[in-house]
Amino acid sequence: MRLVIALPYVWLATFFLLPFALVLAIAFGTNNPDAVPPVDLGASLKNFTLLFTDDLYLAAWLGSLRIAATSTFVTLLLGYPMAYAIARARPSLRPLLLMAVILPFWTSFLIRVYAWMGLLASNGILNHVLRATGLVSDPGTILGTEWAVHLGIVYAYLPFMVLPLYASLEKLDTSLLEAAADLGASPITAFFTVTLPQSLPGIVAGCLLVFIPAVGEFVIPDLLGGTNTLMIGKVLWDEFFLNSDWPLASAVAICLLVLLVGPIALFQRQQAKSLERQ
Amino acid sequence: MSAQPIVSIAGVSKHFGAVAAVDGVDLDIRRGELFALLGGSGCGKTTLLRMIAGFETPDTGRILIDGQDMTGVPPHRRPVNMMFQSYALFPHMDVAENVGYGLRREGLPANEISRRVGEALDQVRLGDHGKRRPAQLSGGQRQRVALARALIKRPKLLLLDEPLAALDRKLREGTRFELVRLQEQLGLTFIMVTHDQEEAMSMAGRLAVMNEGRIAQVGTPHEVYEHPRSRFVADFIGIANILPVDGGRAWLALRPEKIGLFAARPNTDHAEQGRIVDVAYEGDRSLYRVGLLDGSMLLVSTANVARAPREPWPRGQEVWLGWAGDAGQRLDE
Repeated sequence: MRLVIALPYVWLATFFLLPFALVLAIAFGTNNPDAVPPVDLGASLKNFTLLFTDDLYLAAWLGSLRIAATSTFVTLLLGYPMAYAIARARPSLRPLLLMAVILPFWTSFLIRVYAWMGLLASNGILNHVLRATGLVSDPGTILGTEWAVHLGIVYAYLPFMVLPLYASLEKLDTSLLEAAADLGASPITAFFTVTLPQSLPGIVAGCLLVFIPAVGEFVIPDLLGGTNTLMIGKVLWDEFFLNSDWPLASAVAICLLVLLVGPIALFQRQQAKSLERQ
Repeated sequence: MSAQPIVSIAGVSKHFGAVAAVDGVDLDIRRGELFALLGGSGCGKTTLLRMIAGFETPDTGRILIDGQDMTGVPPHRRPVNMMFQSYALFPHMDVAENVGYGLRREGLPANEISRRVGEALDQVRLGDHGKRRPAQLSGGQRQRVALARALIKRPKLLLLDEPLAALDRKLREGTRFELVRLQEQLGLTFIMVTHDQEEAMSMAGRLAVMNEGRIAQVGTPHEVYEHPRSRFVADFIGIANILPVDGGRAWLALRPEKIGLFAARPNTDHAEQGRIVDVAYEGDRSLYRVGLLDGSMLLVSTANVARAPREPWPRGQEVWLGWAGDAGQRLDE
């Protein structure tokens, strides 16, 4: 019995806490390209102060938050009607529709993002279609812009929005909607006064599941965004692999974590509240 | 115009797949009465109620409310309110918000809404519970919130779907009288669906007994109990002995309390000899199964008016049964 509890904790301590402690230690060190690893340990706050004073990092932070926020919002706008339709579909049809939502997970994330490169490139499929229809003669290129990053995030994280929304919409007691109608609410009013507030836990869960990883997203801005798309995940990667500045990269990682603890705490409080309500 | 029925149901049928849930129902509900739709599960009573509310659409026939044809009128435009069996209180709103929901849809000013919500909550004795959430209330309190929420719009017609089914027995008895008092005080028409015949008999002014989507009989509780029109009704309402008469061409429905037990041959219109087979002592009354000489079995009940002896007619006792000529109802079907 004790072993069952102890083993996962040992695992967590070894493979999560220990690396985290290393990252924390490196973040307070200074860069030394000649050492192996390239760092002199110490107690310097230099890396952190740089993060908050250098315009580049500030821009990257704000850029990440903005892009994550807008893509989360778009994902919600797309995901809500989807989840609603699945929850209202014939019960026999629902597993099939849910399967279709999860289906992309069966292919590697990286390959799917590469596929978007092929779609969005200047001689890619999208532009071919646009030219063939004669709608636009010179469509320009989406690839390498912030639009492509948004598109990629919305596409990649849509299932994370749909599933929690579906879970909360499927639970909705239809007699509540009948009661609303009985008391004089049109279907639209019933939606905004009953369905929407009842699905709030699903909305919060879905938004956080999309927003949190989207803030630190690296692959999508790296592959779909251009050099001028500044996101903190990409900055981290550049500091580590291009500049070999481990201490600065570690400081970025620590700050990213601290920044996301807020939304995660919010998420857990919401979960606890909805449990309490039942 | 009080002669005009508040609800007029004409030739209404409703099928779910191949099953006829409601099958050719004609029914008028009078203004100001407490009407009960009574029947077992699957008899169509709830479907009929939901068609009046507008949640189901009849396949054929039409429903008039206050003279207006309701065909094609959605639930939120009908002049009726419903109290749901599950109460369907909005969990994300407190009690006052729940009760005021219907008034907010009418766009009334906030101070009038809060005044009327206060009145409605006082009416159901929940004046100081306005800020509670439904989850924090007892079953009886929730039932009263649901009632207040349905009544606040002052509907001409209140529909109640199994209003007492979710309450425990003690609470149910008190609530019965409270509902009847409220209905009389407000002068509203109530249509109530119930599977509990005791509830329907004690509360309703008139009731309809339903069976397999059809109405078996409509009448006052007294008419339905004492003058059942069919073997189904006689059997469904209360207990009835059903005896073949006229050589099996008709039946007689005879209630157990209409039969007397005697030690010697009584001077009644009918008398039969038998033996007590079984006794069920129920406190206020005892129910006897009596085997007649021809092998048939009759149920007889007697009120236990005296405290002693404990067992006036013990098992195995030879007895005489007697009943008056008009004690039973002759049934042709």
